Amino acid sequence: MNPVDACPDLLPSANWERLRLRAELLARTRAFFAERGFLEVETPVLSADTVIDRHLDPIAVTLPHDPRQPNVGRTLYLQTSPEFAMKRLLVASALDSTDAAPQAIYQLTRAFRADETGPLHNPEFTMLEWYRRGDDMQAGMQFLSDLAASLLGRGQAELVSYGEAFLVHAGVDPHTASAVELAAMTSYWGISVPEDWDVADRDAWLNVLLTHLVEPQLGQGVPTILYDYPASQAALARLHGDPPVAARCELYVDGIELANGYHELLDPAVLRERNVTANKQRLADGKPALPEDSRLLAAMDAGLPDCTGVALGFDRLVMLAAGASSLAEILAFPIDRA
Amino acid sequence: MANYNTNDFKRGLKVQIDGDPYLMVECNFVKPGKGNALYKCKLKNLIRNTTLDRTYKGGDSLEAADVTEIDAQFLYRQMDMFVFMDNVSFEQYELTKDQVDDTWKYLKEGMVCSMVLFNNNPITVSAPNHVVLKVEYAEPSVKGNTATNLTKPVKTETGGEVIVPSFVETGDMIRVDTRTNEYLERVRE
Repeated sequence: MNPVDACPDLLPSANWERLRLRAELLARTRAFFAERGFLEVETPVLSADTVIDRHLDPIAVTLPHDPRQPNVGRTLYLQTSPEFAMKRLLVASALDSTDAAPQAIYQLTRAFRADETGPLHNPEFTMLEWYRRGDDMQAGMQFLSDLAASLLGRGQAELVSYGEAFLVHAGVDPHTASAVELAAMTSYWGISVPEDWDVADRDAWLNVLLTHLVEPQLGQGVPTILYDYPASQAALARLHGDPPVAARCELYVDGIELANGYHELLDPAVLRERNVTANKQRLADGKPALPEDSRLLAAMDAGLPDCTGVALGFDRLVMLAAGASSLAEILAFPIDRA
Repeated sequence: MANYNTNDFKRGLKVQIDGDPYLMVECNFVKPGKGNALYKCKLKNLIRNTTLDRTYKGGDSLEAADVTEIDAQFLYRQMDMFVFMDNVSFEQYELTKDQVDDTWKYLKEGMVCSMVLFNNNPITVSAPNHVVLKVEYAEPSVKGNTATNLTKPVKTETGGEVIVPSFVETGDMIRVDTRTNEYLERVRE
């Protein structure tokens, strides 16, 4: 038998044209950031610290000190994003008053998320992440819109608040509706879910409405940036306004979520509280708790400068630029061929 | 039976919902970056043939359905009851006309069909994809009238109706695709 017929998976699932497009987009991305004075950085993919998020599952690995006992050693995490390390660099830049300290940094790196496999998910993926000191949410969204316009050529993004988008596409106010009202809207729109769902889980209902009714309508034509998320979905963003909403934004193109940004939370005490809450939820979901102490918290104690940070799924960007509809069409070796 | 967790969800899974067996025909993984994983599934009810769109979240589970497929020989029809026999265990199964659905049009004694059992009860039966049937009655072809009447309906030995080319006559053997009820060719014995 022909060796290729015997193992067709040995070949890439993307064609050369798309692999070249990826290389071209990587070069254009680096040029875009270089022109704007960003310093390209590289931080560890393996770290003792990891983001604590109810719905983000890091891959834990053991760093053996004796190769004959590969399962004994320190637990490190493959990074779900380079956020912690990049923020530590920002803290270092704020502590340094010389001209050597960068005002803005970016990184193109691999990130890992366990248990995320699908047409738009691969457990290992390329993330473009950047931070610029002094940017508020408005400035951060403008920068994101410029980048998307430059790389995708679909024009500047329209800005729509999370609340407006829900009112228009789901007919409900996501900030004031109760969990029961959100559950009722779900069935009103004919979305069927198992009967045993926890009615009180407000964010789960919001996510069902978001993925079924709102997201498909976003970024059709020009890209859409959704901003001002529910306070319960702040992650590492600060809260603002009254009633408070999260200073968080997301970029959508063709209904696909492409980037997530925060006007960064600076207060370590608030992050400590959120870590405790997230770990409680993880335990309730039957998942392991993650270490709450981190060098990020120590760095925030030392003083994270005011900044906005955005992370963009680079593989999805390549996919959209290629006119493809799944990551397998643009990755050389997606997880089932990895 | 076992339970399937959302991690096991995939096309082709047979599951039980509200007591009915379903086939998972589609399962799409979606996950907002900071939100919970959702699985948008399309499920086909194997008894009623209806489809159900339902969304599950990561960690949900579904009961596995005890659904098996066997080769069953059609023995005979008694009024609206169709009797089959498992070719391996020789166990006999009686199906109603509703359960047999359109398959009755192709059932000839001794024909080996594929039968789906749910908790050891038959729920559906399907004939082989291609069957050869004798034409019981065909309108005689009209000479010189080839342009307008290129096809015509005929009645087969099993009582079904099939659209065939006008040259097919009573007593001919024809091959029929049971999935579409389409005429394929005339068979010479």
